[in-house]
Amino acid sequence: MNHPGMINTVSNINSNTFEWSEENFSKVKTIIDKYPSGKQQSAVIPVLDLAQRQNEGWLTKNIIEKVAETLNMSFIRVMEVASFYSMFNLKPVGKNFIQICRTTPCWLRGSNKLLEVAKNVTGCNLGETSKDDKFTLVEVECLGACCNAPMIQINDDYYEDLTEENFRHLLLKLKENEKISTGSQTGRQSSEPKRK
Amino acid sequence: MLKKEDKIFKNLYGHNDWNLKGALDRGIWENTKNILDKGSDYIVEEIKKSELRGRGGAGFPAGLKWSFMPKDSGKPHYLVVNADESEPGTCKDREIMRNDPHLLLEGCLVAGFAMRAHVCYIYIRGEYYKESSNLQKAIEEAYEAKLIGPNASGTGWDFNIYLHRGAGAYICGEETALLESLEGKKGLPRLKPPFPAAVGLYGCPTTVTNVETVAVAPTILRRGSKWFANLGNPNNTGTKIFSISGHVNNPCNVEEEMGIPLKELIEIHAGGVIGGWDNLLAVIPGGASVPLIPKSICDTVKMDFDSLIKVQSGLGTAAVIVMNKSTDIVEAITRLSHFFKHENCGQCTPCREGTGWMYRIMKKMILGNIDSKGIDQLLNVTKQIEGHTICALGDAAAWPIQGLMRHFRPEIERRISEFNKKRKVA
Repeated sequence: MNHPGMINTVSNINSNTFEWSEENFSKVKTIIDKYPSGKQQSAVIPVLDLAQRQNEGWLTKNIIEKVAETLNMSFIRVMEVASFYSMFNLKPVGKNFIQICRTTPCWLRGSNKLLEVAKNVTGCNLGETSKDDKFTLVEVECLGACCNAPMIQINDDYYEDLTEENFRHLLLKLKENEKISTGSQTGRQSSEPKRK
Repeated sequence: MLKKEDKIFKNLYGHNDWNLKGALDRGIWENTKNILDKGSDYIVEEIKKSELRGRGGAGFPAGLKWSFMPKDSGKPHYLVVNADESEPGTCKDREIMRNDPHLLLEGCLVAGFAMRAHVCYIYIRGEYYKESSNLQKAIEEAYEAKLIGPNASGTGWDFNIYLHRGAGAYICGEETALLESLEGKKGLPRLKPPFPAAVGLYGCPTTVTNVETVAVAPTILRRGSKWFANLGNPNNTGTKIFSISGHVNNPCNVEEEMGIPLKELIEIHAGGVIGGWDNLLAVIPGGASVPLIPKSICDTVKMDFDSLIKVQSGLGTAAVIVMNKSTDIVEAITRLSHFFKHENCGQCTPCREGTGWMYRIMKKMILGNIDSKGIDQLLNVTKQIEGHTICALGDAAAWPIQGLMRHFRPEIERRISEFNKKRKVA
């Protein structure tokens, strides 16, 4: 599967060293405090996540080294975590990181069609980033919102109860940098049965 | 049908306030001290008597699991709540965490106290961003109101709850992989024994338990184990959240009594199968890991652990995936094979190599592009994976294929012979 979170090589092109922003550095301290003293390795996933957020959604070799230094871990231990978990991107991603759920419950309700819509509107194939860096398009496995299938995730948010029409509409709005509403696109609050 | 007053999850759909104020209105955190004052042995005993079985898939008796925690190990004890919900079809814990987080937090205090744990980690899947925000907010509210923290709820028991976000790995829903991940490593399952109750998080006694199991505990203790045990059938008691997805008119999560007939569940709550009951092809009754059942079984089967085992399937997480006659059943299962190929951790050879091999063969079977011995060969491989791996992911990858072959073998044989006929003509 072509997904920036599913590759095992780390990029070394970014020659700038990575430094924590002041705000994030204090957050790192709060995160480490959640775990018993001496167990700061437990913080590696949340700290990598924080670093990824600071670096526009992806991790470079410099960042992984910084995280290793922050948590007093060896580089390889952080690197294997960064490559094991699919939410850590080792390649740059676009401003809108579109993840389409492909697993059976979403597929039964037409996730295939959503993929076609997304390819059509963004001009990307699976795993590609558009030239204007606005979109990256990938397929992912079950995101755990099956009663609101088919659904997708863009950056942190879920978009649920999609159809070809409302999904196309959503993407076009994104293309024009307009605001879109998260969650169900048919007005459901969560996963209650649709009103009759 | 479950009576309204017997529902445990009163804000499952988020129609009311999920914050502390709303939670208090629903009776959550009401005299939690009274429950804890009765002592940890009493709590474990009541949970045992209620016959509550774990809601995370395996259905292990919850009270028994809690009782495995040692009495005086001299080490810190940990409660770890498994909120890494990623079994395809399942989306129940998500609703609890975003719409009624205090129900879970109160459960954490009660369960943690029963296990003599002062610390609880909730491991939530990384993709659930909004859910983790709500839960984090609820934790802060609970600290502020002194419901948790030092002298939690005035009980004299110190109890801390920390939220830990994962980063996208299905395997971390396996309890020992979850502990590895929580320790900051790759999510590779550990060999058992030792079980987590003896050697768990940081080498200390730990119990890993599902969100729903923890969330129902305070209600059971308030209303009594008898009330809970009277719902459902013996050994399959209480209420359960069913996630109904796929080809139904109104996909939804719904709390119902255990043992409700599958047909009733689908017709009453999910608006029926698209195209009517006679248009039903098959149902996966408990998330991707359990074998499917064809319509003939769906007509009468009851939704509980033992009834579904009898028809060679399982209740799993009670995620009902409905497929009507428009479904290409082989592709539906192939997509699950792809899921397991993608999500296996790579530790054990039979699973790492086998899931990929099974997926490639399944993909050929969609068209029938395989020789007639292929089916038996595939079944043989599933048997070689099943039971030969450290964790249950190998089994979970094998079972859907075995279920498909058990009930839809003629369909695949038809595809094979048709494909070969066409090839001869060409």
